Amino acid sequence: MNSYLYYPGCSLAGTAREYGQSTLAVLRRLGCEIPELDDWTCCGASSAHSLDHRLGLALAARNLALAEAQGRGLLTPCAACYSRLAAAWHGVRQGGEVAEWLREILGRPLEGTFRPRSLLEFLVVEIGSHEIARQAGVPLDGLKVACYYGCLLSRPAEWAIDDADNPQLMDGLLEELGARAVPWAYKTECCGSFLALARTAVVFGLVERIVEAAREAGADCLVTACPMCQANLDMRQRRGRPPLPIFYFTQLVGVSLGLAPEVLGLDRHIIPGLPLLRERNLVSGPVGLRERLLR
Amino acid sequence: MKRVGVFLCWCGSNIAGVVDMDRLQAEVERMPGVVHVEQNKYTCSDPGQESIRRAIREHRLQRVVVAACSPRMHERTFRAMMRTAGLNPYLLEMANLREHCSWVHRDIDEATAKAVDLVRRAVFKVRLARPLQSGKVPITRRALVLGGGIAGIQAALDLADFGIPVVLVESSPSLGGRMAQLDKTFPTLDCSSCILTPKMVEVATHPSIRLLTYSEVESVEGYVGNFKVLVRRKARSVDEQRCTGCGECLSKCPAKVPSEFDLGLGTRGAIYVPFPQAVPNVPVIDRQSCLYFTRGRCRICQRACPAGAIDYQQEDRLESYEVGAIVVATGYDQFDPAAYGEYAYRASPNVITGLEFERLVSSTGPTGGRILTPGGGREPQRVVFIKCVGSRDEQRGASYCSKTCCMYVAKQAILLKEKLPRCEVYVFYMDVRAAGKDYEEFYLRAREMGVQYVRGRVARVFPHGDRLRIRAEDTLIGRRLELEADLVVLASAMVPRPDARQVARKLGIAANQHGFFSEAHPKLRPVETHTAGIFLAGAAQGPKDIPDSVAQAGAAASKAAALLSRQEMETEPVVAEVNEHWCSGCLRCARVCPYNAISEREIRVRTAAGVRTKTVATVNPGLCQGCGACAVACRDGAMNLAGFADQQVLAEVDALCL
Amino acid sequence: MVGSRLMRPDLQKSERLRQRIQELAGTDVGRCYQCGKCTGGCPLVEAMDFTPRQIMRLVNWGAEDEVLRCQTIWVCATCFTCTVRCPRQIKVAEVMEALRSLARREGVRSPARDILRFHRLFLAIVGRFGRLHELSLVMGYKVFTGRLFQDLGLGLQMFLRGKLSPVPERPGGARQLARIVSWWAERERKGGR
Repeated sequence: MNSYLYYPGCSLAGTAREYGQSTLAVLRRLGCEIPELDDWTCCGASSAHSLDHRLGLALAARNLALAEAQGRGLLTPCAACYSRLAAAWHGVRQGGEVAEWLREILGRPLEGTFRPRSLLEFLVVEIGSHEIARQAGVPLDGLKVACYYGCLLSRPAEWAIDDADNPQLMDGLLEELGARAVPWAYKTECCGSFLALARTAVVFGLVERIVEAAREAGADCLVTACPMCQANLDMRQRRGRPPLPIFYFTQLVGVSLGLAPEVLGLDRHIIPGLPLLRERNLVSGPVGLRERLLR
Repeated sequence: MKRVGVFLCWCGSNIAGVVDMDRLQAEVERMPGVVHVEQNKYTCSDPGQESIRRAIREHRLQRVVVAACSPRMHERTFRAMMRTAGLNPYLLEMANLREHCSWVHRDIDEATAKAVDLVRRAVFKVRLARPLQSGKVPITRRALVLGGGIAGIQAALDLADFGIPVVLVESSPSLGGRMAQLDKTFPTLDCSSCILTPKMVEVATHPSIRLLTYSEVESVEGYVGNFKVLVRRKARSVDEQRCTGCGECLSKCPAKVPSEFDLGLGTRGAIYVPFPQAVPNVPVIDRQSCLYFTRGRCRICQRACPAGAIDYQQEDRLESYEVGAIVVATGYDQFDPAAYGEYAYRASPNVITGLEFERLVSSTGPTGGRILTPGGGREPQRVVFIKCVGSRDEQRGASYCSKTCCMYVAKQAILLKEKLPRCEVYVFYMDVRAAGKDYEEFYLRAREMGVQYVRGRVARVFPHGDRLRIRAEDTLIGRRLELEADLVVLASAMVPRPDARQVARKLGIAANQHGFFSEAHPKLRPVETHTAGIFLAGAAQGPKDIPDSVAQAGAAASKAAALLSRQEMETEPVVAEVNEHWCSGCLRCARVCPYNAISEREIRVRTAAGVRTKTVATVNPGLCQGCGACAVACRDGAMNLAGFADQQVLAEVDALCL
Repeated sequence: MVGSRLMRPDLQKSERLRQRIQELAGTDVGRCYQCGKCTGGCPLVEAMDFTPRQIMRLVNWGAEDEVLRCQTIWVCATCFTCTVRCPRQIKVAEVMEALRSLARREGVRSPARDILRFHRLFLAIVGRFGRLHELSLVMGYKVFTGRLFQDLGLGLQMFLRGKLSPVPERPGGARQLARIVSWWAERERKGGR
C-alpha cells in the first residue's frame, strides 16, 4: 500500500472538489496514508491528446517519471487522469522511438516500472470490497444505484480496468455495502462531457439518454468515478422530471463508513443528493449551513 | 557409379520462360554420374514419358531425375512410368524447377543458377537411392461413421447401400443432429423433420447398419484398412430391447430440467427422449437430475413402465469394432454470443440465437410453433435480425464467413412474415451472400414480402424494460439508425464442437486454426484427411448447409467404399525403419510420432557376455505416414526414413553447400 | 454533402495517407470493410459531418483535404467505443487522433474552430500554470465565443458550492510543462506556414 503516490488531478481542486474530499476522507478512514505526489502537473486530459498524440503522452508521462524516481506508482481517483497516465505508461512500455522521445523531452529517466492505478480498482482489488464492508457501519440498505463507469475506465482494452459493456467493480463494491446496483445497459455509454461547452445540444441528448435509462432501471441515483461525467450529468439534466442526483462512489462508501456529509462534500452537488440520503436514513444529524443556503 | 539420366522439362514457357534451359543442360552434363541429359517441352505428356523410357533403354540408365514441377503434382506419374520402364519407382528423384524456381523468380541468371543447384541436389540424392518395395495389407470390410446428424446419416446409408457393413456412433440419445432442431429448410421451405425422419428410420432398420446412440468413441488404433475402435456405450438406464417406446415414463417423471434439444427454451424430465421423432425411440435417464440417482428415492418411472425396461443398475459398456475406414461427421456448434456484451444476449431473454429461433418457430418446440417473446410471452410487433455474430470478426469471433446465415435468416424472416404478417422484420447485414441454386431468388422473396434489409453491423442492443433498443448505422445513406424491437435474433456463427480438437487427436487427423478438421487438399481431395482411411463429411470440416453436407457425405461414402471394395492394399514404402543394433530403446521417437506408429518391443541380442534382452523401437508400417519426425529425434542415428536415409540427406546438403 | 462530388481515384495518394496513419496510429485503415459498427455506437455522430465509417472510406480514397478539414475528427471524444468493437481490429479512435495531429501539422484551417480554440486555451493555461485552472478556461472560452452570459447561472451555482477556485495553483513543474507545450507550439507554427 505504500507503493503509491496520490495524484489528484486538476479537477479535484475545482469542479470535483467533493471527489477529492471524499477520496481523502475514505482513504484516511481505511487507514491508508498515501502521500501526494510533490510538484505534480496536469495530465493533459482531454485537450492535449486531442491536439497531438505525443503532446498528450508527454504531459502525463512527466508525472509517471516523478513517481518512478521515488520508486512508486500513481494512484488517481480521476478517470480521465487514469486514462491519460495509463496511455503514457502503455506508450513507455511499448518502447521504441516514442519512449525514447518521451525521455528526451522530459529530460528524465522513465521505464514504466509502475502501472498507474485508478482509485476504484485500488479499493476493490487491493483493499477489497469485503474488507471495506467489514469496516462499514451504515449499510446502504434500500438505496438503488445505477453505477456509471463512462468511457475512460472501461476502454480501450489495453488499459481498461473492467469489461467494456458490463463492468462490475463499482456494482460489486456498493452491493457489498448494502446498496442494490440495478442492472442497466448504459454503464459505459459516453456522456460527451468533453463537448459540453462546444456542442451543448448534443450533449444534453446524451445525458438525457443515460439518466432516463437509469430511471427506467429503477435507480434512485447515479454513481460515477469520473469528474467529467459527474459534472456533466449533474449540470445537464433537462428540466421537467425530478432529476437524479449524481454521486461519486467514494461519497457513498464514505456514508457507509459513517463519515459526515460535509466531510464527503455531499452538500456540493448542483442536484442535491442529501435529501435522498436523509430520506433513506443513511445520513442523519442537523442540516448543514451550505445545505440550508442552497436548498 | 550409378548411371543417372536427367530430364529437363520446359513446362511450356512456365520454366523455360525464366530458366535458361541450354545453360542448365550444359551444367548438368558435367555433374557426377550423369550420362544422359535431355529437354522436353512437356515431360509429363505421353511423348515426354516415352522419351524417358527410350533413354532408359538406350543409355542403360539406373537412376532418373525429372526436373519439372512439384512432386505433389507428378511424382506418381513418373513413378508409374518407372515401373513400365522396368525400374523400381523409388529410383526416381524430382527437382522442382517450377514452384520453387521459375514461378517465384524473375531474373534469368539467378533463376538458372538456382535451377542448377536444385538439379545437382537431386542428382546427388538419387545416386544413393535404393529400390523400395511396398507391402500388402488386408482390408477389413466395415466402416465406422462418427456422428448421427444429416451428414453421418447420409454417409451411413450410402455405405450400407454399397453393401458395406456400417457402425454408426452418435453421442446423444438420438439420431438427427442439428437438422432435427430446425423448423423448415431453405430454399424450398420443406419441413426439416419431414425429410429427415424417414432417413433416421431407414438407418435404424437397415440390416447393414449397427446404430450405437448415446455412445462415444473411446480410442482408435490401427491404420487404414485395419482400425480398431473402442466404443463406450453410456448407460442409458433403460433396456433398449425391452422398451416399447410407449412414453408412459416420460409424463410421470417429477424432475424438470432445461431441454438441450430446445436450447433451454423448454424443459424435459430426468427420463426423456430429446424430441418426439427420436430414433431410437428409447428414453434415457439423465442421472445428474434424476431424483433416484441424486437422492435415492422416487422410482416412479420404474413403476410406470409396463415393459419393465427401466434398469438403474445399467453400467457403461465398452465394445470393440474392427473397421477399414472411418467417416467423421461430428458436426458443428453455435457460437456463444455472450462474447458480445453489446448485444445483451445474457442481459435479456428476448435476445436469442438463430438456432433458438428455430425451436421457437417449430411446431414441436416449447411454444408449439407460436412465435412468442421468451421474456414476455407476447407476439412480437417488430423483430430484428443481426447477421455475422461471431463471423467475420477477428476481434471477438472468427475470421471466416459461416456461409449458412444469410440464407437461414432469409428463411426465418419469411417464416415470421408468414406466421405474423403484420410483424415488422428488419435484417441488419454487411453483405448478402446468396450463392447457390435458387438462393438469390429466395432472398429476394424475403425482400418482396416486406422484410427490411439494412446494411450495417449493429453496434448496440440496449434492453429497455421488455423491449430492446437497437442502434446501428445505415451505411448506405450514412446516417445513424435507432429502433425498438421486441425480439432480436443473432445469427450466431457456426463453430467447431468444443471437443473437436480431442476428436482430431484421437483419430490422428489435423484441424485448422479454428478447429475444423482439415481436408487433404482443398480442391482435389476435399473429403479425405491426411490420414489414410479417414474421411470427412458435413460441418465438422467447415460451415456448410444441408445440401452441401449431404453431397459431401455421399462423396465421403464413395471414397470409403472404393477403399473397402478391395481385399488388400499396397502400403507406402516410404516409412521409418529401425536399425535395431543401434537403437538404445529410449523411445524418444515414439513420443514425437504424430501417428502413434512406433511402439517398443523386446529383442534378444547376443553379446560377449551372453544372450540378453533389450528394448528397441519398432515401426508399424501401416500407420507410419513417412513424416520423418522420428529420424530427427533419434539420437543414436538408428531411425531412418526409407528413401530419405541420412546419407541421402547429407548428400543433398553437400550438393548445395560444397 | 459529398454525394455529388466527382472522385478521381489516386491509389498512390491513398497509399501515402494510409501509410502516414499507420505510422501515427499503428493501424491499417485499408482493412476496413465498411460495416458501420463504429458509427452505430458513436455517441457524437449527430454532431459530425462525416460518420466515422465514412472517414475510413475517405482515407482509403486518399481524400486528404476532406478528412483533414472536416468537423468529425474534432468532434470525436476519443471514447474508444469504436476501437473496442471494430471487427477488423482497426483502431478507429486512434485514427481520428492521427488525423487531428496531421491536420495541425499541415496547418489546415479547421471548421471546428470553437473546439480547437478550447483545446488551445486549455494548453495555454496548462503551459502557464502547470495545472488546469477551470475558471480561466471557461471564462476564456466564453469570451472567445462571445457567449459570455450563457451558463452564468450555472457558474454562480458552482461558485456557491466552492467548486470554482478563483486563483490558479502554480507548482514548480510548470516550467517543464511550458517547455513541452512550446515544443508543440513550435511545430504548430511551422505547420501553419
